[in-house]
Amino acid sequence: MKYDVAMENGYAVVRLQGEVDLHRSPEARKAILGCLQQGHHTLVDLSGVQYIDSSGVASLVEGLQLARDQQLQFGLVAVSEATLNVLKLARLDTVFAIQPDASGFPGPA
Amino acid sequence: MTEPLIRFEIPSRADRLCLLRRVVRETIRLAGCDDALADDLVLAVNEACMNIMQHADTGTYQGPIEIEILARDGMLEFLLRDYARPVDVTSIRSRDLDDLRPGGLGVHIIGEIMDEVNFLPPPEGRGNLLRLRKHIVTGVQR
Repeated sequence: MKYDVAMENGYAVVRLQGEVDLHRSPEARKAILGCLQQGHHTLVDLSGVQYIDSSGVASLVEGLQLARDQQLQFGLVAVSEATLNVLKLARLDTVFAIQPDASGFPGPA
Repeated sequence: MTEPLIRFEIPSRADRLCLLRRVVRETIRLAGCDDALADDLVLAVNEACMNIMQHADTGTYQGPIEIEILARDGMLEFLLRDYARPVDVTSIRSRDLDDLRPGGLGVHIIGEIMDEVNFLPPPEGRGNLLRLRKHIVTGVQR
């Protein structure tokens, strides 16, 4: 798994790529929580994720919880079919704000 | 009729999960699974192995995980064996999905995908033997 972080339209956008599994999800978690801990509204771009398991999904849930606690915006962008399937199995597909791209999210107030 | 498809083992290490997924995927494609079903079955087996890695011997298990895949009467059967202390089956349950928190999703995901999930008595009474079953339409490709 690889990731990068860029600022876009007032959001920190964490782009995850590859396989987000038990071995690699700690890196994803660190990147996502790091942006939120710095006070950034945060989006996670999942277009390049070929595989995600429950540990990767847990990192997204943790991000959502921290964002709510800190009153920051948090959403998912360009969710790959593989990822959406897992979110549906976990019944989390309606819990996250999901948009096809970052422009779908209004800029932070 | 039962047809063994593959038997292999991996160490209880997270960095071997990618290898597990590739072997399982190739094997079940041989059994005629389409891509969508293969995605689900690979996820379920991955989650089951993750549970062993994370929870067997309270997370300290470092022994092998043996995986056997069989085609049996229109179903695929996955047997996962470890040599950790026996699990308390009553403690394994899917959590309330309305309770939004990280973790605890694996058991739910396995149950959503598989038709049967059972712990069997392990051979020689050692360790744990988990059986996952999924009915499939197509048979083993020759």
